[in-house]
Amino acid sequence: MSFSIIGTGSALPKTIQTNEDLTEFLKTSNEWIFSRTGIEARHICVEESILDIALAASLNALDNAQLKPEELDLIICPTLGGDTVTPSLACLVEKELGAACPSFDLNAACSGFVYGLDVADAYFSRNKNMKILVIAVDAMSKLVDWKDRATAVLFGDGAGAAVLSSGDDLKAIHLTAVGNQHALCIPWQKGNHPLLRNQETLLPYLKMDGSEVYRFAVSAICKDLKIVVKEAGLTLENLDYVIPHQANLRIIESAAKRLKIPMEKFVLQVNSCGNTSAASIPLVLDEMNRQGQLNPGTRIALTAFGGGLTTGACILEWS
Amino acid sequence: MVFEKVVEILRNYKEEPELEVTMESSFEELELDSLDTVELVMEIEESFDTSIEMDSELKTIGDVVGLIEKAIA
Repeated sequence: MSFSIIGTGSALPKTIQTNEDLTEFLKTSNEWIFSRTGIEARHICVEESILDIALAASLNALDNAQLKPEELDLIICPTLGGDTVTPSLACLVEKELGAACPSFDLNAACSGFVYGLDVADAYFSRNKNMKILVIAVDAMSKLVDWKDRATAVLFGDGAGAAVLSSGDDLKAIHLTAVGNQHALCIPWQKGNHPLLRNQETLLPYLKMDGSEVYRFAVSAICKDLKIVVKEAGLTLENLDYVIPHQANLRIIESAAKRLKIPMEKFVLQVNSCGNTSAASIPLVLDEMNRQGQLNPGTRIALTAFGGGLTTGACILEWS
Repeated sequence: MVFEKVVEILRNYKEEPELEVTMESSFEELELDSLDTVELVMEIEESFDTSIEMDSELKTIGDVVGLIEKAIA
């Protein structure tokens, strides 16, 4: 017995920037961005705080689950970080919801949502009478260098949530981590201790080796999907849908081709949202749920990869 | 030998069986962007069962052939 997803929710900031909009301050073009990534637009937190979108997605998911915030027993917030280092984003969501339960952030970069599900699964093995909110939120627009046209165009902001209750949706889950600072790195603030004055200070913006991440991502999807499908006693053909982390359409197409899974089974949102990091998978999950694509027995694979380097995949059978 | 196999992989990838390729053909001339190059390197690695360091600048088919020859030597 593990968990079932009894509600989903999502929120995107109001401001939409198309590729064309980016050409106003970046030397790039719609053709360049679209042909390499499949991205046409992304949402950016301008008026909203990170907490605002986290809260909106959480309320949305609780409403979908018909659950009151005070019925929650735990809030897990997969994120690279909220508006503040401390309080954690999860604690601020807890306060605004009026939830009164333990709450913490979890950093597994773009794999965060699957990592969050794995942690939740462990809680359910201890106490099956729990209600857990997993709220994955990232505002990559605050972490990328808007002077670097190679990386800034890839990302967007968003929040996706799931409410979990004891159940049997989770059929298999598999996580990995292989520490690597070269492929993808966002340096932290160094502080201002006087003895640190002469040390090199790295700018706190995302740096990425695109080729290395591409190779890592394609192989992660292929390896992890095979592992979880096998663990669940299924074959790739048994999957109704694959929700991949929405980093880049070309990564998804390459993995699909290698796995011989038809592209129609991959659910995509990368064109309108870009890479929203941990939020990308639950954003898609919520869209599918609201469109009535998730019915009892629907088999979905989630597959994520990201900074760390981390990867995570799982099989869910909707109940 | 390596060159012929690379050409075959490239023709399959581009779905152009008659594609003209020489050692001097650049990725730019072949209309391959940086991600196509990575994709091609991945397919070549699988085909030759080797791994290629992508740190160095790859500009032409000759560059790739050179790296494979070094890797499988």
